[in-house]
Amino acid sequence: MSQTQESPMTETMINLTLDGQPLQVPKGTTVLHAAEKLGIHIPRLCYHPKLSLEGACRICVVEVEGFSSFLTACSHEVWEGMSVQTNSPEIRLARRDIVELLLDNHPMDCQTCDRDGQCELQRQAYRLGVRERHFEGKRKRHAIDDSSASVVRNPEKCILCGRCIRVCEEVQGVQNLSQQGRGFETVVGPANLGPMDESACIQCGQCINVCPTAAFLEKDHTERVWEALAQPRDVKHLVVQPAPSIRAAIGECFGMPIGTPVTGKLITALRRLGFDAVFDTNFGADLTIIEEANEFLKRMGGGGPLPMLTSCSPGWVSFLEKFYPELIPNTSTCKSPMSMLSTLAKTYYAEKKGFRPDQVYMVGIMPCVAKKFEAGRPEHAMEDGTPYTDAVLTTRELAWMIKSYGIDFVNLPDGEFDRPLGISSGAADIFGSTGGVMEAALRTAAVKLTGEELGPLVFEEVRGVTGIKEATITLAGTEINVAVSNGLINAKELLERVKHSGKQYHLIEIMACPGGCVAGGGQPYPPFSMDVLDPELPRLRARALYEIDSHKQLRRSHENPGIEHLYSEFLGEPNGEKAHHLLHTHYQARLPRGIK
Amino acid sequence: MNTLTATDNWPEIKAAAEAALPADVIAHIASIAGTDHPESHLIAILHMVQAHTGWLSQAQMEAVAQLAQIPLAKVTGVATFYHYFRLQPRGRHMINVCLGTACYVKGADKISQRLMDDLGIQFGETTKDGMFSLESTRCLGTCGLAPVVMVDETIHGPVTPGEVSVILEKYMKKDKVAAKV
Repeated sequence: MSQTQESPMTETMINLTLDGQPLQVPKGTTVLHAAEKLGIHIPRLCYHPKLSLEGACRICVVEVEGFSSFLTACSHEVWEGMSVQTNSPEIRLARRDIVELLLDNHPMDCQTCDRDGQCELQRQAYRLGVRERHFEGKRKRHAIDDSSASVVRNPEKCILCGRCIRVCEEVQGVQNLSQQGRGFETVVGPANLGPMDESACIQCGQCINVCPTAAFLEKDHTERVWEALAQPRDVKHLVVQPAPSIRAAIGECFGMPIGTPVTGKLITALRRLGFDAVFDTNFGADLTIIEEANEFLKRMGGGGPLPMLTSCSPGWVSFLEKFYPELIPNTSTCKSPMSMLSTLAKTYYAEKKGFRPDQVYMVGIMPCVAKKFEAGRPEHAMEDGTPYTDAVLTTRELAWMIKSYGIDFVNLPDGEFDRPLGISSGAADIFGSTGGVMEAALRTAAVKLTGEELGPLVFEEVRGVTGIKEATITLAGTEINVAVSNGLINAKELLERVKHSGKQYHLIEIMACPGGCVAGGGQPYPPFSMDVLDPELPRLRARALYEIDSHKQLRRSHENPGIEHLYSEFLGEPNGEKAHHLLHTHYQARLPRGIK
Repeated sequence: MNTLTATDNWPEIKAAAEAALPADVIAHIASIAGTDHPESHLIAILHMVQAHTGWLSQAQMEAVAQLAQIPLAKVTGVATFYHYFRLQPRGRHMINVCLGTACYVKGADKISQRLMDDLGIQFGETTKDGMFSLESTRCLGTCGLAPVVMVDETIHGPVTPGEVSVILEKYMKKDKVAAKV
């Protein structure tokens, strides 16, 4: 016995009985996980495997021999000789009562709720046998906070499970949410329940993803898009651009397996909805790489400051402005791929087609809710105030529009993007994954630095969903220290490392969401069988993107013939005056200052 | 080396935070900086702030959050959880209505309602003129006088709803006289 304890290789095993079945699990296993070994899924609401324990909802209660009251399965580790009962009439009644009490203090509006069919509370209510209301009492009433450009907070739907508080703190390091008040008056929200717009929120939308109900949702843009689609075509010319991550995920909303690439069907669906031109955010991504690689080489050539930080992720940009304003000079001034493409649609494309810029209506389809905020930033508007991007739909919003229209997505024929703003290289597709922007930049930088047309193509070092990746890449004798992070808690760690380690970093890619854009705050809710923060989800979606990349003829952004043409016909030189005016932006310290 | 410069707004934020707090609070926060769990000192810090001004203002809570590097949502979460912390300025006179069992059965709810109506405020609030703050309390140990209302350090009881305005007027008059002198 003592030998096994000393050996780190052997786990101490615990024997218990669960629902009458003998079971052996490693020491430290919770009752909830032990039950899963027998294929029994104990119901849960506040519990999330990727977040700290809360023990708030109590619906995972079980009977344990020797205890007169029920114990929570999520927070109790098994012990030798333990005897657990996960189902009995008493337990079922207790669980049902808990859910009934939650429902009693909840707006019973499932039919008109955005989360209908994907709500964990609704599912538990059905599963636990809530069929009628036994309790009628006072219900909390709170106003909806829709002050934020991205995230809508509806406290009436909140069941106080605290998942949003934990994801905001433990995964994103933002710590913007907490329980405010006490007892029946408790509300989850930002400091003093002030407006989200004036809080430390960086609009990533991970609170939406982990919420079991609809207490957090994206700001709706579907209404304005329906209206634009109904405009006469001589009034509005409707242009749409889907981000790389959409093609790797939207199929899930129509029952297709996670990680099914559906670029062609997506394009056809957008045409069926009535868009006049279907462009590709990928074109913007290729353009971003040209501008960013040139900016980087300029900084490397003595212009500094280094390291250069990427600027594609609007959640990260907000985090930069609120938490790390001292790093603004290090951040690439390149607009995001979406904003670059939107800018071109209202300048280059409009000129070519003979449209006034305000005739063009640009809709971005994004995996991201922070992009709604980005679209509304004054830096991303024309001089007369017209925004370059008029609406941003999340993947979920677009999927709903497609269903609402009645389009049979799964059986659609493949379509193709319109030229010229729909041509792209494989380097652009991988932008959706953590490490993708870095790899795309390295592909082009390698060619520029070595002068060889066939530089290295695949940079395994920066792939994968690990929170922080570091690598040293040698290009033409120059050592480039790169780092990649996803999930802002990891960005914090990486940036502190950069500040204090004494190592010279050159290029750093930061994406706000864990796993990158493929797991963004606007992506489809995963099926109930998978937890939203499971790294398998971004891994499978990213695999679809790497697959698309590997099958493309063009793999490097600068090989994109549309880009080459754009510079010679319209923009002039990369990083030149016109390119700078149209494709670059600036940042500013914002309040409230976040707590590092 | 890694260049880190210019756009940092921390010096201004720090200066504004220090201007909002008394010196001993700033010194106390500085003394816990760098310890393992600075957030575990939050309640003590808020007590210190309240001891100075009688209540916690938004600016003070923001200042505590920045100087102690504790998220503001947590600071206000704690301040709104504990009954002891006041989030509004304290009036010149503190009215405490006893809601203990004896007072309650003797009609403390009616006294409370009358006070709220007459003052135009709820429990936990202060009148606009800054004269009265209204609070509830548990047993004051004078059940023989139930229902009782304590104004500052004085116990009034037994109180009927009709007497509420008389008591309030007494304090208003007293203040007027004090103002003249």
